[in-house]
Amino acid sequence: MIRLIAIVVSLFATTALAEKMKLAVTTSFHNSGLSDLLLPVILEDTGLEVQLLIVGTGQALRLGEAGDVDAILVHSEAAEEVFVENGYAPYRREIMYNDFVVVGPQTDPADIASADTAVDALTRIAIIKAPFVSRGDASGTHKKELFLWTSTKLDPKLFGTWYNAVGAGMGASLNTASGLGAYILTDRASWLNFANKGELDLLFEGDPILFNQYAYLPIDSKRHPHVNIQAQRLLESWLTSKRAETLINGYTVDGTNVFVFNAFR
Amino acid sequence: MNEIWAGIVEAFRLIITLDRDLFEITLRSLQVSMSALVIACIFALPFGTWLAIRRFRFRRLTIATLNALMGLPPVVVGLIVYLLLSRSGPFGVLGLLFTPTAMIIAQVIIITPLIASLTHQAMRELWAEYHDLLISLNTTSRQRILTLIWDGRRALLTGALAGFGRAIGEVGAIMIVGGNIDHATRVLTTAIALETGKGDFALALGLGFVLIALALLVNFAIHTLSRTEQEGTW
Repeated sequence: MIRLIAIVVSLFATTALAEKMKLAVTTSFHNSGLSDLLLPVILEDTGLEVQLLIVGTGQALRLGEAGDVDAILVHSEAAEEVFVENGYAPYRREIMYNDFVVVGPQTDPADIASADTAVDALTRIAIIKAPFVSRGDASGTHKKELFLWTSTKLDPKLFGTWYNAVGAGMGASLNTASGLGAYILTDRASWLNFANKGELDLLFEGDPILFNQYAYLPIDSKRHPHVNIQAQRLLESWLTSKRAETLINGYTVDGTNVFVFNAFR
Repeated sequence: MNEIWAGIVEAFRLIITLDRDLFEITLRSLQVSMSALVIACIFALPFGTWLAIRRFRFRRLTIATLNALMGLPPVVVGLIVYLLLSRSGPFGVLGLLFTPTAMIIAQVIIITPLIASLTHQAMRELWAEYHDLLISLNTTSRQRILTLIWDGRRALLTGALAGFGRAIGEVGAIMIVGGNIDHATRVLTTAIALETGKGDFALALGLGFVLIALALLVNFAIHTLSRTEQEGTW
């Protein structure tokens, strides 16, 4: 009973004094597990309570445009540059990168494991019309996948029923791929952290085209005067600090490094 | 089958170890849905009763609309409330988006038509019985509504519990307007959606069983407190 009371009391007592800010991040950043490691340290080091909104890159950009968050952390360079150009953020600052991989059924009917490039791998899947799951939600991962299809000179709009655009987050899409025994493009961190791998296996990796850069964009305070500028700066300086570098580079899932810190100081 | 079993085990583990996060999101679920229920009842009970006793020109149309709104899609409600409360929307200055208040507003909109409609159904029968008595006593409209609400309270309880059930199990709207922020707006249903997304089915199911248990508990508690289904009082 005492323990119960202690819990209830501590629920109301937590972080009453901390400065708060809202940060929209991509599902892949959160599903990787990195946010669970970083947020408590940020709170401890800077007293800043970062409230995460876990959405796709498309929705994150939309929340930023409306001024509903103080900053965004996303991975879709072309869309970010348009965002800055339109004046929603004064600049974008690169923080870290990871990479995309193609996972699929262990039997690998399209034999993508022996493909030379990511484009080659996707072409092989399209030729035999093996089941493929697409995020289909305008997220950074989805945009990357569409970019790869453009390079194959194939049009996903004309694909048949083997191409499943599920319109869901990374984890939910992986669940679908796992259920269907389908191929899917995913970021490495989400894949390593995914608990329902089933018959799926990592089949293709390492092509430089699959590089995945994360950038931090503070929302412009001239357009949205209510944003918390102090918190924006505090978080940016922490994310680009030596401490962040050590933590990000040292983060492993199943013994594999997943993120590489590359912010300029 | 294995996974369902793992979910049951996980539910017990969470409850027995008094998991701190579980307590927090369960309390928030209750707080949001109970607040929504109380506010919805303040509007819906008098309105539903008033509809039963009052004859006016667009009555049939109003009732049909109300019945149709029972099936209001939560995602659409969420999206509209989001656009209204967004910093770029008309009520943006209030800064309510991504707070429990925004979640309560969305749930009130979702469950008010449901409770009002069920109230109207129950009150129509009761009004047929009470009609002559209340008219002959020359009661005011206000007195009639209050009498009907009081004497029909058991039927209204069912309506309110249906509303509560819809609110506590709802995920589409509160995900959009609440944002599922850890330690701020995360509730049981949005946590279940999140864990499912991570492929952690055991934890998701565990939370699901906690949610079902909570709904049962609230229903039992309300029935006990209001002494329904007991000898002599039902």
